[in-house]
Amino acid sequence: MPSAPAGTLYRGREGMWSWVAHRVTGVLIFFFLLVHVLDTALVRVSPEAYNAVIGTYQTTIMGLGEAGLVAAIVFHAFNGIRIILVDFWAKGPKYQRTMLWIVVGLFVVTMAGFLPRHLMNVFGGGN
Amino acid sequence: MTTTNAPTLSDPRDPYKRLKTTRSNYELYGWVFMRASGVILLVLIFGHLFVNLMVGDGVHAIDFAFVGGKWTSPFWQVWDLLMLWLAMMHGTNGVRTIINDYAERPLVRLWLKIFLYAAFVIVTVLGTLVIFTFTPCPLGAPADLLPSICFK
Repeated sequence: MPSAPAGTLYRGREGMWSWVAHRVTGVLIFFFLLVHVLDTALVRVSPEAYNAVIGTYQTTIMGLGEAGLVAAIVFHAFNGIRIILVDFWAKGPKYQRTMLWIVVGLFVVTMAGFLPRHLMNVFGGGN
Repeated sequence: MTTTNAPTLSDPRDPYKRLKTTRSNYELYGWVFMRASGVILLVLIFGHLFVNLMVGDGVHAIDFAFVGGKWTSPFWQVWDLLMLWLAMMHGTNGVRTIINDYAERPLVRLWLKIFLYAAFVIVTVLGTLVIFTFTPCPLGAPADLLPSICFK
């Protein structure tokens, strides 16, 4: 097995790049999930321990990280539905490119709903 | 001199005979699971994000009292348990696919998968124990850190 394919199997354009983005967002979400279960497990240690660690999630930098995390989740979720439609809907492969732009549109709408609310919480006068 | 045997040619019409069946439907079930769990996870995680980040003061409202208040309700216990198990299985199977695609040396593949499965077991078991053994009102904890249900 050659370590790199002689010709490229990758065709570029929307189909390949959505596949790449699905992998990258999936791995990011998985590693956050591991950390997130561990930080939540601190409720079993003591209220003080949990509040101390969750307090670091409420800083501005982590707030921006949470926005990125939500963006990764929203893309992965909507593109996942697109993958299911490509697999199970007879016309899915034909419309995969159109469906990607629908995914991007839904992503923009969802983030437009989420970001102002979240950024108000992050930068707003809250505690 | 070594004796050379004439090469044997099998009859072209002979059907190819497998010594043993190496195929199982494991990958098919994994493929179906990714799609089925993905749809459920969309609902569970969007609900989780909405309740924890959008309602009220969002991320600023999250503290021990917030989590304690949620987990006094069996509804959120089941919600979070289902989310934990499905997300861990979905994520582990996804990373397994990626290891299979990119790690070519057998030992690297083996060790990456050992780490992956160990992380799956540790995190899933720990998370499950936390959801079921959690006490919202631990003795001796400062009252101002506890959920309101402790004072009813």
